[in-house]
Amino acid sequence: MKATVKITLKYGVLDPQGKAIEKSLGQLGFSGVNEVRQGKLIELDIDADTPEAAEKQITEMCEKLLANTVIENYDIQLNLAE
Amino acid sequence: MQASVIVFPGSNCDRDVAVCLEAATGKKPTMVWHGNSDLPDSDVIVLPGGFSYGDYLRCGSMAANSPIMKEVVLKAQKGTAVLGICNGFQVLTECGLLPGVLMQNAALNFVCRNTRLIVDNNTTPFTGLYQQGEEVVIPVAHNEGNYFADDNTLDELSGEGRIVLSYAPEDNPNGACKNIAGICDASGRVLGMMPHPERCAETALGGEDGKRMFTGLVEALS
Repeated sequence: MKATVKITLKYGVLDPQGKAIEKSLGQLGFSGVNEVRQGKLIELDIDADTPEAAEKQITEMCEKLLANTVIENYDIQLNLAE
Repeated sequence: MQASVIVFPGSNCDRDVAVCLEAATGKKPTMVWHGNSDLPDSDVIVLPGGFSYGDYLRCGSMAANSPIMKEVVLKAQKGTAVLGICNGFQVLTECGLLPGVLMQNAALNFVCRNTRLIVDNNTTPFTGLYQQGEEVVIPVAHNEGNYFADDNTLDELSGEGRIVLSYAPEDNPNGACKNIAGICDASGRVLGMMPHPERCAETALGGEDGKRMFTGLVEALS
């Protein structure tokens, strides 16, 4: 089963890279950009019998390794079409 | 006093810190490869600086899940002193022995220079040979040294005297909360610090302010 995990910095945590991107966009002439936050995307292909089992397993992966929950949120999307 | 140094793929200050430990203890430290699950008894375990696992995913996150780290955590819980320097500090936060996280430097630059530090707690086994409040000069070299934790954790750290080293207020190189350069756990026996004491333990290297960390450990733990 394929899944993507989106990892973003929690609100309230300073995101210097997002700020730098925001500034560069402004310098390129893109106006009206109110905020930029950056993060990472992890694609997984795992063996799981049901979507629930997959989600449970990936949640555990996020808690143990993929995200640092002190500063990061994670969002799991299962690709059920395949 | 016997020291162990954990070597991860990508560690690059392991041999420097081994030289300092040997100079202080008179004994060669045991170098322990991260893939081992057996950690010989020692009085202090050092997690050295470097770029373990190429800093993949997050600095220290892969190393924190190395087989040897289970042993390091167990020994730390039983009271063995643990010193994490730079990447070692990042590993200590990732494995949960220390709270908080080391984020990317606020200015998005790798910083490699001397920093002025204040010794805020000289009652740990690592800092006994420094004066309380003493200012020392120890270099930093990192891209992710910007210490962050929630307000409750920060209050707890400062209330319990667990901020062991802080940057002089006008010399914070990375934007760290409360100018934190080094913190310890509740027992005081696990210290994580971003500055590199092993890089200033001989006058030939430009300073000796880091040396007392190693000689102090020998006094405290022998």
